[in-house]
Amino acid sequence: MVSLSMLDRKWLRELWQMRGQALAIALVIASGIATYILSRSTIDSLTYTQEQFYADTHFADVFASLKRAPLAVAARIREIPGVVRADMRVAAPVNLDVPGFADPVSGLLLTLPESATAPNQLYLRAGRLPAPDEDAAVVANESFAEAQGLKPGARIAATINGRRKLLTVTGVVLSPEYVYLIRPGDFFPDYKRYGILWMNRESLSAAYGMDGAFNDVALTLAPGARLPEVISRLDAVLEPWGGIGAIGREDQASHHYLSEEIKQLRAQATIVPLIFMSVAAFLLNVVISRLILQQRMPMAILKAFGYSNTAITLHYLKLVTGIVFVGGVVGVAAGGWLAHGLSGIYAEFFRYPDMHFVLRPGVALSAVGVSALVAYLGTLNSVLRASRLAPAQALHPEAPPLFRESLLERTGIKQFLSQGGRMILRNISRHPVKSGLTLTGVALSCAIVTMGGLFNDAVNYMVDVQFNRSQHADLIVTFSDVAPERTVSELRSLSGVTMAEPLRAVPVRLRNGYRTYRTALQGYMPGGRLNDLLDADLRKVRVPPTGVLLTDFLARRLGVVPGEFITAEVLEASRPVARVQVVGLVREFAGMNAYMSLDVLNRLLPDDRGVSGMFLKVQPDRLQQVYAALKQRPKVAGVTIRAVAMRSFHELMAENILIYAAVMLVLAGTIAVGVVYNSTRVALSERAFELATLRVLGLTHREIAYILLGETGLLTLLAIPTGFLIGYGFSAYIAYSLASTLYRVPVVIEPPTLGRAALVIVLAGAASSLYIYHRLGRLDLVAVLKTRE
Amino acid sequence: MAAPREISETGARAVFRTRGLRKTYVVGEVSIEALRGIDLDLYTGEFAVLLGASGSGKSTLLNILGGLDTPTSGTVHYADHDLGQASDAELTRFRREHVGFVFQFYNLIASLTARENVAIVTEIAERPLAPERALKIVGLADRMDHFPAQLSGGEQQRVAIARAIAKNPDVLLCDEPTGALDSETGILVLDALEKVNRDLGTTTAVITHNVVIADMADRVIRLSDGRIVGVTRNVSRRPARELRW
Repeated sequence: MVSLSMLDRKWLRELWQMRGQALAIALVIASGIATYILSRSTIDSLTYTQEQFYADTHFADVFASLKRAPLAVAARIREIPGVVRADMRVAAPVNLDVPGFADPVSGLLLTLPESATAPNQLYLRAGRLPAPDEDAAVVANESFAEAQGLKPGARIAATINGRRKLLTVTGVVLSPEYVYLIRPGDFFPDYKRYGILWMNRESLSAAYGMDGAFNDVALTLAPGARLPEVISRLDAVLEPWGGIGAIGREDQASHHYLSEEIKQLRAQATIVPLIFMSVAAFLLNVVISRLILQQRMPMAILKAFGYSNTAITLHYLKLVTGIVFVGGVVGVAAGGWLAHGLSGIYAEFFRYPDMHFVLRPGVALSAVGVSALVAYLGTLNSVLRASRLAPAQALHPEAPPLFRESLLERTGIKQFLSQGGRMILRNISRHPVKSGLTLTGVALSCAIVTMGGLFNDAVNYMVDVQFNRSQHADLIVTFSDVAPERTVSELRSLSGVTMAEPLRAVPVRLRNGYRTYRTALQGYMPGGRLNDLLDADLRKVRVPPTGVLLTDFLARRLGVVPGEFITAEVLEASRPVARVQVVGLVREFAGMNAYMSLDVLNRLLPDDRGVSGMFLKVQPDRLQQVYAALKQRPKVAGVTIRAVAMRSFHELMAENILIYAAVMLVLAGTIAVGVVYNSTRVALSERAFELATLRVLGLTHREIAYILLGETGLLTLLAIPTGFLIGYGFSAYIAYSLASTLYRVPVVIEPPTLGRAALVIVLAGAASSLYIYHRLGRLDLVAVLKTRE
Repeated sequence: MAAPREISETGARAVFRTRGLRKTYVVGEVSIEALRGIDLDLYTGEFAVLLGASGSGKSTLLNILGGLDTPTSGTVHYADHDLGQASDAELTRFRREHVGFVFQFYNLIASLTARENVAIVTEIAERPLAPERALKIVGLADRMDHFPAQLSGGEQQRVAIARAIAKNPDVLLCDEPTGALDSETGILVLDALEKVNRDLGTTTAVITHNVVIADMADRVIRLSDGRIVGVTRNVSRRPARELRW
């Protein structure tokens, strides 16, 4: 149709004319699309990469550890129906000495996979695997090797079972078992201070006293094999040999972390883009409907010429399509770029041979599609309203709107207001919906910045609670095996040690009816002072003489409240089962632990009394000496130094959290500018006539700017505290949806975060206002004398 | 054409003085000569009507006198001020201190009451009338707290006149003040302008294409095609209430 091509020219020109506004809207759309693509694409990339790597390396389905079993037992394990591959391994905790690195380093020494068909194959990144008969040769996991700068040929010393052995690194590897590597009991990975090494069975067995025996099992199952059945059969085989209960892949540390990470990403992929998309949708609606209301006149003229409502509606939909198109292209590009960058960060965090970057066309299309749909709905609504008017009616200018005094003025503050101030208040109260939408839009972007600070603040809070309020020990020692109770006094008498408190951790399955959870039951000394348990208000909770304390999240999981009884099935030694009363709850950000008196715990295991670790308080200047002395002792599996743990934690978290906060800041800033600029810009065109009149009457540029910008300014200021509240709500929701058995993020938002959020909004407002101020200088004063709105 | 002079035959001093005033607009690739050499004096206290058809240049002349536009060439003086050379800030001050405007479409602020519409100008004026007094002069003492949407067109225009005179301006510039009104209402508005001119002595210039209005003026200046084509002095001014069209 020839007529439509005229209209086409019209919309293209109009789009160009309103390019500033259109660009601001497009950027908001782009922000929404970008966050969605960022999250989805990261999930897809991680999932795909994980599946590939697991398949290539035959990642095991079942894992079990035990005290010690003769290799003859292996045959019975291989006979379990459903088992296709099995590897009987030796796993030895070690303390390591890396030349030129003073901090304590611990690690795990594992036997190399038995054959090329065994589970958990290693992926060689550099160097070579030790030759079959090569003694004292190891391969190291990549994150550790990289962090410590270990190249093939490097030498490190290991203290295995109290004996020092010099090892040569022949290669660097990746393992499906340690994609995410974290020292058991730690909250966060520390690549410099914890490593995994693999060596030949003969060397390791000899060094660890495991000749002809194994203490660790990995199995892969045939498709369709029944996991619970395999586990119970395996447990039955291993029980006489000190098995502590096999676990499925779901409970394997690295896999569990990966799954949680992906689960969290999925939660984020829903929440954050949802927030952005709804803000964007809302903005589009506001801006487009105001834009179209301004088009009353041209629309009426087109109708008077005989254009149909359909043709006119299509015309405006095309205009909006132009905006969505620009936003879509920018959003997909930015989202893809950010996702690529984030995959890079994940590649640091998770160790895969290579990160496959996946951006599915469907994801991009659905993001753009949703944006378009929202934009079209907003447009249709306004266009239909406008096009329903008869042309003659629409050609007539709108009657002067009826104003009344605002509620606020009736309280009596009117006498203190200038006429300009009254105009501001009345304009706001005359258009409550419009003002409310502007306020909400700005408040939402303020909320996003506030939310962006959540992780930083929460982590600082967690560190403060963990290292300053809860943990007072300078060193935490863990033994490779249960140590006799006299060890406590031995360590206490070490020169430099001022306080020593024992602890014992035993694997248990806690049960309340059908609900169970496998965790560590920790025995503490009642009245101990080196590791405080805290409740939700950070008050100290004493270790009770009888009964058990549960992490509040664990209590919820088991569905128990203090006063009720649960069953504790100990998974080692004589495997006693006890009914214990839950006597209190403690608040912990990581893990799901249960605590009881050390004495009570030891009474449960009469043949196996002892301690599995110690909290030590040490004279500050003797720390290194005590550490060196501990390392020489057999059975000391690891030593955590509090100061080092704090430092390494900060090193790790700072970067990732800052990147996240920065992305949120940029996106929220975009939205804030989009809202403030658009609402002021539209207000300018709506009120140009009035403002120009005032200029003619002798008001200065600044005086009319006050009237126009005062309104947006006031709304923006009101939006900031509103945004804080919404941001807190978003944060609470995110914390709630991220809470897992691994950790819970507390909802903590510190004043600097609020200050930054306010600053972003004020700056965005100021930048938009400055531009509008500049525009106000170019009002056409002559036109107002002749034209009527 | 009247000879240029600073003192009228009645002895009044000139407030505005233009010499060789030209204004050319360039719109795209077309240039339009709106004023082609205007020599004009307006005297203290006089009621002048600038009469002309659409496109005669009368609005352009009023805009330049009112400090809303600057001439392409020639000079325009208000008392000692050279308006042709003034900056934007100086023109704003000039409008603020000396000029009252009345527009064809009233241009009231919809969110302010009649009283407040006047007050927005008196707030920034140096020696204003009380808004109530200004509204009383135009006969709206009982409508002061009404919003524009609650007033008729004639009432709105009288609020606009009250707004224009409340700052106690030296000159009142009115651009087709009755253009949007029926004749009966228009006469009420003209009556208010006449009263202001008589009682406050404000120099008043009204531009219109309505020949009838010329009868109430001291002087009638006819414009056509960007030039002054005739100046006539009425021997006696006809009261606005007697006008009919």
